[in-house]
Amino acid sequence: MSVTEATEKKIVQKELTLNMGPQHPSTHGVLRLVLDLQGETVVGVDPRPGYLHRGIEKWMESRTYHQIIPMTDRLDYISCMCNNLGYVVAVERLAGINVPERAQVLRTLTAELTRISSHLIWLGTSAVDIGAMTVLLYAAREREFILDLLEMATGARLTVSYARIGGVRNDVPRDFLDKCREFTELFPKRLEEYDTLIRENRIWLKRTVGIGVMAAGEAINYGLTGASLRGSGVNYDLRKVEPYAAYDKVEFDVPLGKNGDVYDRYLVRINEMRQSNRIIKQCLDLLKPGPITTNDPRYAVPDKINVMKNMESLAHQFVLMSKWVPMPAGEVYVATEGSKGELGFYIVSDGSGRPYRIKIRAPSYVNLSALPAMATGHMMSDMVACIGAIDIVLGECDR
Amino acid sequence: MDPAQIAKMIEENFAGHVLGTATHAGQVGVMLKKDLIKDICRYLRDEPSLRMDHLADLTAVDFSRYPGDTGPRFEVVYNLISTVYRHRIRLKARVPEEDPRIDSVSSVWQTANWHERETYDLMGVKFDGHPDPRRILLPEDWEGHPLRKEYPLKGY
Repeated sequence: MSVTEATEKKIVQKELTLNMGPQHPSTHGVLRLVLDLQGETVVGVDPRPGYLHRGIEKWMESRTYHQIIPMTDRLDYISCMCNNLGYVVAVERLAGINVPERAQVLRTLTAELTRISSHLIWLGTSAVDIGAMTVLLYAAREREFILDLLEMATGARLTVSYARIGGVRNDVPRDFLDKCREFTELFPKRLEEYDTLIRENRIWLKRTVGIGVMAAGEAINYGLTGASLRGSGVNYDLRKVEPYAAYDKVEFDVPLGKNGDVYDRYLVRINEMRQSNRIIKQCLDLLKPGPITTNDPRYAVPDKINVMKNMESLAHQFVLMSKWVPMPAGEVYVATEGSKGELGFYIVSDGSGRPYRIKIRAPSYVNLSALPAMATGHMMSDMVACIGAIDIVLGECDR
Repeated sequence: MDPAQIAKMIEENFAGHVLGTATHAGQVGVMLKKDLIKDICRYLRDEPSLRMDHLADLTAVDFSRYPGDTGPRFEVVYNLISTVYRHRIRLKARVPEEDPRIDSVSSVWQTANWHERETYDLMGVKFDGHPDPRRILLPEDWEGHPLRKEYPLKGY
């Protein structure tokens, strides 16, 4: 036997099945992927979500419309105000509840703050996944500022439960507005710093350009939404398509990508943060004194001071908190732009104070379903870049 | 386009398959017979004046405990939007308890694949022609479908 024959025999080309997750650090939670590898190349991806499935939709059927609000925080726990807002907007549409302007502006403002904080987490973690450690440390600094702001306004840092059906829970303290303005002045400069760190970084470009490409038509067909879709150049932002809260009163642009790769999704999210900052600035100017809960007496939670003094208010608060009031029978599907994409609530009401069925259209779940199409054919390490670029949160994905 | 007009177009093209139209809060839901659901979906996607290219959501509702409801038990719901014209429509089709089957639309929209797997997993509606009919959120050996109304909230 010659030498070449002997070495040839040893090299066996075989497909390898590799389990990735659910405890893998780059899966952003508890995502499990079963990968088929041909050498280093991914030839098949089978995502297995569900490790964080808590049966939230089932649970919601047994709770009143009011009691559901805190549970929406536990979906996408990084941008909870966007979830709160999506849910209450859907309930308000179902029952035709009007919301005063100050509440709408406050909702928009806090939702954009959480959107920035969510995008900062995405920026930091997806950069760490690819190997750029520094960005996370900086991004965490600005996120801390936002969490402090949210704490001032709502009393909670992460699970804010700030939106209420027909308004918001409480008005903001006066120094919140000053602090918020300080943030809007500071943030663009800081964002420029992060962007400088990686935008033209050669390693970053090598790891992101041309990776995980989705053409526009394919992306729509896979149901991609949010920045993952806009990276492919599709102008579809629900804040513009079907404006809710105060989005029709503020000016902002919808950043779009061209090539639909990981790098374009990065550019879109970075620019979205700039636009969010712009929206927050305008909200601060738009904020006029006024009521923060609806004037519809059926759905308005009475003021605490009246509850203490007035029998009728006490009784009404008791009814609202314990069993809510009868809602119109019917069904609605209302979609809002969460930080990850189209967050939809499909609510079926049977006329009682509890929803008959709620379906949550979770953007992370749908975006994840496109992962096999994005990552197949790339290297194993690009898989990590692809997961980072669709920006999933498993709490929302598994519900 | 006005959603009521879209409903009318479906009725004209698939005569006898539209069972009713209901409007709530400005949203139009069209109740269909389940037989031609795939053809209707394909028509809505391909018709140049409609272009319903984005299946926003697909789910099912168990109507067994809905007060006053006597129709077949499960209702499969499709929420569609056109990213071009930005009009919405909701399609609904009932399937009976004894044989909860409906045609899969995953050949029309790729995104239906996971939505249908989830609907099967949690509600037990089977989708004929689905390329990968496995459970998705629950373990493969799980018994029962949690979103059915008789499934207990506690005790598992």
